[in-house]
Parts: sequence; structure tokens; C-alpha cells
Amino acid sequence: MSHEPVVQVTGLVKRYGSKTAVDGLDLTVASGTVTAVLGPNGAGKTTTVETCEGYRKPDAGTVRVLGLDPIADAAKLRPRIGVMLQSGGVYSGARADEMLRHMAKLHAHPLDVDALIDRLGLGSCGRTTYRRLSGGQQQRLALAMAVVGRPELVFLDEPTAGLDPHARRSTWDLVKELRASGVSVILTTHFMDEAEQLADDVAIVDTGKVIAQGSPADLCRGGAENTLRFTGRPGLDMTSLLKALPADTVAEELIPGTYRIGGKIDPQLLATVTTWCAQHGVMPDGISVERRTLEDVFLELTGKDLRP
Amino acid sequence: MSTAPYTPMPGAAPLGRMIGAQTALETKMLLRNGEQLLLTVIIPALLLVLFSAVDIIDTGKGKSVDFLAPGILALAVMSTAFTGQAIATGFERRYGVLKRLGTSPLPRWALMTAKTLSVLVTEVLQVVLLTAISFGLGWSPQGNPVSVLLLLILGTAAFSGLGLLMAGTLKAEATLAAANLVFLLLLVGGGVIVPLDKFPDAVQNVLGLLPISALSDGLRDVLQHGASMPWGNLGILAVWAVLGLGAAAKFFRWE
Repeated sequence: MSHEPVVQVTGLVKRYGSKTAVDGLDLTVASGTVTAVLGPNGAGKTTTVETCEGYRKPDAGTVRVLGLDPIADAAKLRPRIGVMLQSGGVYSGARADEMLRHMAKLHAHPLDVDALIDRLGLGSCGRTTYRRLSGGQQQRLALAMAVVGRPELVFLDEPTAGLDPHARRSTWDLVKELRASGVSVILTTHFMDEAEQLADDVAIVDTGKVIAQGSPADLCRGGAENTLRFTGRPGLDMTSLLKALPADTVAEELIPGTYRIGGKIDPQLLATVTTWCAQHGVMPDGISVERRTLEDVFLELTGKDLRP
Repeated sequence: MSTAPYTPMPGAAPLGRMIGAQTALETKMLLRNGEQLLLTVIIPALLLVLFSAVDIIDTGKGKSVDFLAPGILALAVMSTAFTGQAIATGFERRYGVLKRLGTSPLPRWALMTAKTLSVLVTEVLQVVLLTAISFGLGWSPQGNPVSVLLLLILGTAAFSGLGLLMAGTLKAEATLAAANLVFLLLLVGGGVIVPLDKFPDAVQNVLGLLPISALSDGLRDVLQHGASMPWGNLGILAVWAVLGLGAAAKFFRWE
């Protein structure tokens, strides 16, 4: 596998009229990884991806995809990438298998179309034309069209928007299979769990810039503390508990009988808390440890809720 | 499937195969669409039969089919190259089909080539059908087939340019409305079934410059009156073709 990045975006600026959609964005995507571009609606995710696909001309900055300029070298680049648009892209009168077979014919070594139809459950579409397919079926067809040409790099723009949980999981599995096969994947999403589940690397985008990038674990580790909660009888002596815990830990009774401990929550600390409870004759019910999620990270970085 | 079923093996198909596949798909979409068939097949065939059988319009001396058949052939070209192509392409643009194909290995010029081939295939089917009906109605055409072919090709180019210009600049709904309106207006005012000399002289001179009038008049000159090469009408169609295709190339927006 090559060590050259598959996507290298430097100082990308894209304006629509007076509105700046992308404002000096830098993004590097390593070969063979799944990279999630995460951000709220209007953050500039789609514009960034569409610039990489050659749909948009940058107002400033450079974009290299597989080492090529997406506009000047479009003819060389297009056969090597697979694109899933956020919506549409299919003749309204075409059947799912018909459109997929057509896309296959545009490539030199396409996947086996029948196997792909089975894999994505598109067989249920039958003879129904595109405009009468369900939203989920349309999404899965768009995904199939993105991978049928055996590309090196796949762009998925919100691949699971509007899918039911089962179909989402099936799409996630396919993305994992793509990675296992050595395909690089870039997906945009505003679902935290999607990024956490799938991505080797997450680029958090807000107001046209990448404001943080790293593995989900790295992004969740830094900064804010984790939380341990439990319930017991009301009025436990928090001062006594705190004496048993490390110096920078906090402990409070949120509401009578519900306790929260904030700090570095590790096995040692958990043991200390349960020991203290045992000594005080307390049965700590509902002990839970809450790790920082990408959602918390995002909220801290931007002060915004990620969900639209 | 094996453990790594998606191992990359990218590559574009040979150009000929891509254009062939695209042409086949475009033609299939067109023939599957009921509204398109109404426009390209049923309306011209119906007008041909109706006006040949019923003496509603004074078509001059001779059998009315000899006057009508060339006009209906012109209408068939307009319905496919202009109206049908404008509406289909407008909706393909609206639903992101053109956008999606834009990142496929199919080059844009190859997509336009396929669209043109699909229009030509449809026109061949129309001409075969309408000619057969005309012969059934006692049509006796004259003239040089090469002139007819040249007129049909230049007419197709002129109407394609105008249709694509409309599809690539207006909203899909606006294209749908405008293309149908233009079809209707040109059907009445373009010498298709109503002879142009029924209009006042001043109006006639303007109407004569329309691509549909040039095509129907040129076809009639050859097929009805046995003219060899209707240069004037060919010239008008050529100017429309250059203007229409040039403007479409300049202003067409893919999204």
C-alpha cells in the first residue's frame, strides 16, 4: 500500500457569492483508511468533498486526489474514484439493476453486478423504477454505483442519512469490507456514532475549517474529564469520599441519592469508590462510567450541537 | 464473496463500449416514457392520419398526404431533437444524473455524443413508422433522398442546440412548460399542417425564418415538388444550428 496521501487539501477556499462555504481548509487523508469528515449542516463538508471530486473549482488553495488535480486531470482521475452523491444521480425511469449494470459497463473491470445486488439487498427493488424506490433503496443503489467500478478511493456523502438501523449497519459493514480490501474511503456525516464506529481518522469541520483531526480515541482522550455515576441512599458524606480519591477529582450529590464523580476514571478509582461504599454500608446501584464521546468533543470545540 | 471482494482494479471501459451503453440506456429511457412517446410518435401519427383523411385544412392542389407527410416528418424531428431532448435532459440535470455521470469514466463529450445518437435512433424509428403510414395513405414522394437526409440532419442539429440550451439553463419545470408551449406554437405556425401562405405576408416572412418552417418547407420542396437542393432552407437551418449549439456549449450548466 502506498504511503502517499490519497487526498491532500491545502488552504482550500470556496465561496458562493458573498457566502464563504470553505475557508482555508486543510485535510490530509492517508491511503487505505476510512476518514470521516464530521460536522453540522452547512459546515462545508459537501463543498470540500465535491471539490475533491472535481465538481467545484477552488477559489484558493490546492487539492490533490491520488496525486492528481481533480479538474485538470479529470479524465485520469474519474475511473479511479467512486462517488456517492447525497441524493439523486439516477434516471427517474431506470430500474436499480439497470442503472447499476450501466455503471458497470462504463468500467474496465467492474464487480459482479448480481453479487453486489445481493450484497446490498437491491434484489427487492425488482422492476420498480428509481422514482418509486424507497429512500433506503435509493441510498443503497447510490452506494452500489460508487463501488461497482472497483475504485481505489470512494467518496460517500452522508451515506446513511435516512436509513433505518438495519440498513445503516449493513452500510457500515460494507465500508469496513472496502477498507479490508484496501480501498480508501472518505465519508461525510453528522452522525457521531457513525464516525466513532467506522473511521480510522476523523476530521471535525466547522464554518469551513478543520478544527480538529485524529482517531476517535485520540480526539476523545484529550481535554475534558470522564464521569462516574452511581445511586445510593441520600446524604452520603462527599467530603469523606473525596479524601479517599486522587487530588483533582470532584464528587457531588446531583440530586438526593444520585452521585457524580468527575476526573480520571480508571480501574483504581472505581475500586476506591466501591471500597469506600462497602466501608460505609452503601450499595452503589447503577454504577456507570461515561466516556467522553465525539459529541462532547464537538460541543466543546464549537459550542454547538452537532445534530441539525 | 472472498475476503477482499472489493480489491481496487480501476479503469475506464473502451470509449466505444461506453458510448454504446450510454446510447442504449438513453434510448430505452426515452421509449419507456409515456409522455415522450405521446409527443414523438402518437401526436405526429395522429395528425398525419387525421388531416389526410378529413379535409379540414386546404392543403393546396394534389393529395393532402403529399403536403402533410413532409410537414409531419419535420414535426417528428422537432419533437425528438427539441421537445423530448429538452425535457429529458432538463430532468436529468435536476435529478443529478448529469452530475453523477460527470464523475464516471464517461467523458462529457461522449455523453453528448450518446444523446445525439439516441436522438438519431429515435428519429429513424419515427421516419420508418411515419413513412409507412404515409405510403398507406397514398403518398407519392419525389426528389433526391440526399437532400432529405441533409435537411433532417441539419434540422436535428438546430433543434438539439435549442433544446439543450433550454435544458441547460432553465429549471426543469420551466423547460417542461416552455418546450411544450414552443412545440405547440411551432406546430401551428411553422408550416407543419397549416400552409404558411395562410398567414399575412409580413407574418409569413418572419415565420419562414423559424427552424421548423425551414425544415418543413425544405422537405416539402424536395418531397412534394421535386426540388434538388433547397439551399435557402438549408442555410437557415445551418445558422440555427450554429447559434443554438454554440449558445448551448457556452451556457449549459451541468447542475
